[in-house]
Amino acid sequence: MTTETITQVPAPVHSRGNRKQARRNTLIGWTFILPNFLGFLAFTLIPVVAAFALSFMEWTSFSAPKWVGLANFQRMFASDSFWIALRNTVVYALGHVPLTMALALILAMLLNRKLKGIGFFRVAIFFPYITSLVAVAVVWNMLFSPDSGPINQFLHSIGIANAPGWTSSSDWALPAVIITSVWRDMGYYMVLYLAGLQAIPTELYEAAEVDGASAWQRFWNVTIPSLRPTTFFVVVMLTVSSFKVFDLIVVMTGGGPGRSTTVLSQLIYQEGIGEGKFGYSSAISLVLFIIVLTVTVLQFKIQQRRER
Amino acid sequence: MTNMAEDLKAEAPFLGTRITEAAEDRRRTDRKRSPREQKKRTANVIIYGVLVVLVVALMVPFIWMLSSSLKENNQVLTVPIQWIPSEFVWSNYTDIWTRIPMMGYLQNSLYLAVVITCLQVLTGSLAAYGFSKVRFPGRDVLFLCYIGTIAVPWQAYMVPQYIMMQQLGLTNSFNALILLQAFGAFGVFLMRQYYMTIPDELCEAARIDGLSEYGIWARVILPLSKPALASLALLTFVNTWNDYMGPFIYLTSNRLWTVQLGLRSFVGQFDAEYAMIMTGSVISVIPILIIFLIGQRYFIQGIATSGMKG
Repeated sequence: MTTETITQVPAPVHSRGNRKQARRNTLIGWTFILPNFLGFLAFTLIPVVAAFALSFMEWTSFSAPKWVGLANFQRMFASDSFWIALRNTVVYALGHVPLTMALALILAMLLNRKLKGIGFFRVAIFFPYITSLVAVAVVWNMLFSPDSGPINQFLHSIGIANAPGWTSSSDWALPAVIITSVWRDMGYYMVLYLAGLQAIPTELYEAAEVDGASAWQRFWNVTIPSLRPTTFFVVVMLTVSSFKVFDLIVVMTGGGPGRSTTVLSQLIYQEGIGEGKFGYSSAISLVLFIIVLTVTVLQFKIQQRRER
Repeated sequence: MTNMAEDLKAEAPFLGTRITEAAEDRRRTDRKRSPREQKKRTANVIIYGVLVVLVVALMVPFIWMLSSSLKENNQVLTVPIQWIPSEFVWSNYTDIWTRIPMMGYLQNSLYLAVVITCLQVLTGSLAAYGFSKVRFPGRDVLFLCYIGTIAVPWQAYMVPQYIMMQQLGLTNSFNALILLQAFGAFGVFLMRQYYMTIPDELCEAARIDGLSEYGIWARVILPLSKPALASLALLTFVNTWNDYMGPFIYLTSNRLWTVQLGLRSFVGQFDAEYAMIMTGSVISVIPILIIFLIGQRYFIQGIATSGMKG
């Protein structure tokens, strides 16, 4: 959506397209935009610009802002917490993106058929996505209980003797969060894939069948290439949302045990709002923004090259 | 993102098939069943089987939540798992209201969600009209600013927002959240994409008939954009209802807490009250379930076509 080009609306044809009319249009246009724009300017646009500026300043809740150049960044790159948070965020993304994508596609293919009551199945699978995050986190935390939680009971029953400690273990807390987030998000991406699948002309499959292509070949040579635009979109959305992961972590693990699930967004919160280091936290924000931007641009470039 | 016009029209994945299904069904029963159809029927039975198993497996967290909410605390984490409570403890659902100020939390959530949704829909559709149907210099640059901020993660500017609210003395008040969330660029974007699909000739005709631009917006465009308005309203409502970080950052006193904050703090304080925690979770989800079931279609359309998360 960020890449969309602004299409020109043809100018309304006025009998007297004079300057007075233009001025009137400007006035009218602004009155429509203004109510939203005032709020947008004050609470989105200015903060966005301020975040950039702040990252080059030293400003805490106890001191006046002061220009310090790259000092915040130097401090950040020398800080343990930053690298741990970055690592955790990347690991989360590496787990969350492929798993969600694969499951969403499988679900979409299963559900892309004309059957009675198929709508019910789709709705059911989509529902976790709009369930409140706190409820999701709370339920999964209990499901993940190390001793008598249903998940570990299941693992015991299939013969896994020392089941993981999930959210109470620093090795397994991140996988637990990833599993929960995959479960929550796959319904959403399934909807996107479903729309993509339904846009593939059936003639393509029929032609492939006539040519004697097996089901697997049809999947590989018809479905996957036809879904490329959808997949591109899904990957961008998933990656960006993975790097922004915040509330799920805060509610589920609070970043722990230790620092094993602390992510970038949470670090920004802790440093900026928790400890009042406005300048320093903005430097981390800038890194987060640059990562998200790079990922988007990069994937966009790859997509363009493939299309050529 | 491709043109939403096509998308909106393209598919409502959840409803689209229903009509054709029924028609096909009738045809199927009219004819005698050929062996091929017989084969198809068996295949369908297998697929239904797979789907039922799959959906039940994916719904386990919900099933478990519901079942646990009707148990005693010491019955929740038992070995082996008890899927159906041995005794239904309905009193959880009456006790929770006195245990924590649940009613207050629900009211707060509702208030925030309604106010933010109304403001977002109103200002969003007004601005979208300005951006799509009125031509004036600087308009497209301005719209680029809107789109540009959508690409910036909210977490990247939450600190400056917080400083601002602090300076304005608005922390720990609903107003902070309303101001931050009611004027989002997302609403403008969604509505504009829809307005672009409405032919300009319609507005032109209305102009010739002597309607003012405000009249065109109110009497021509708004009635035509009901599906998009519904999508935006539902998405905004659910996002606000489910929002955790906003209230977490801004609302510190208990009397202002939303359902999400109240539930989270309940978990923190009484982490052994498993059953009651699940009861609270069920109650926090029910409003969303109802809204989702009513507005399902608009919901999916909005979400699938805008491809945006809150």
